[in-house]
Amino acid sequence: MKALALAILGIFLVVLLYAEGDLPDRGDPEAPASMHVSPYYIERSLSDTRTPNLVTAVLADYRGYDTLGETVVIFAAGLASALVLLRGRGNRDT
Amino acid sequence: MIHRYQGVVVELVSRAVVPAIQVFALYIITHGHYSPGGGFQGGALLAASILLLRFTQGRKESYRRFPPGAGFALAALGLLIFLLVGLASVARGGSFLDYAYLPWPWASPETLRYYGILVVEAGIALTVWGTLVVVFDQVGTRTRDV
Repeated sequence: MKALALAILGIFLVVLLYAEGDLPDRGDPEAPASMHVSPYYIERSLSDTRTPNLVTAVLADYRGYDTLGETVVIFAAGLASALVLLRGRGNRDT
Repeated sequence: MIHRYQGVVVELVSRAVVPAIQVFALYIITHGHYSPGGGFQGGALLAASILLLRFTQGRKESYRRFPPGAGFALAALGLLIFLLVGLASVARGGSFLDYAYLPWPWASPETLRYYGILVVEAGIALTVWGTLVVVFDQVGTRTRDV
């Protein structure tokens, strides 16, 4: 069983190493990830939002919907964990 | 877990440090436009200040400063602010969360986006703050005083 797991891991390692050769270099301006919307954000965020911090502009404006989802997730997780932990404590006032 | 710590140094130092943490948290939230920071980080700092109160000031005093139910209210209020900002821009004919359409017609779109980001960050901070304190209160009051 252990040998099988090791073999699977070895095959997976080979696959990953093979695929790694095709990845673009880090920070490559010609990479697909840098060609789509990134240039627009970098060039226009200051004039669009008056916000020098590009990260904040992307987080709260261009990707505001995503951030709304994150906030909902945090709220729901906190609420759910509180409800689970409250269970079994009767009706006592916290 | 939550009982007054018997030590004058810890108590006095925490009393001095808590407001400093909270002011710094406000700086982190409002300065997110210009430096690393924003709602998530500032909210975590605000929660940390309340947890420090819980650890050092005892149940009675810290519950007087921040009631255990207030976390729920803050978290819901923060989320509500975020949603209302999004819906306000819909009301003026823009897309959801397009701050350029906030109901403040005499400001330029860039300025509206600037302030929209600020309000949304404040909402995020409230949600993170309330949620973290709520989770701590539920976990932290369990072990003792049942």
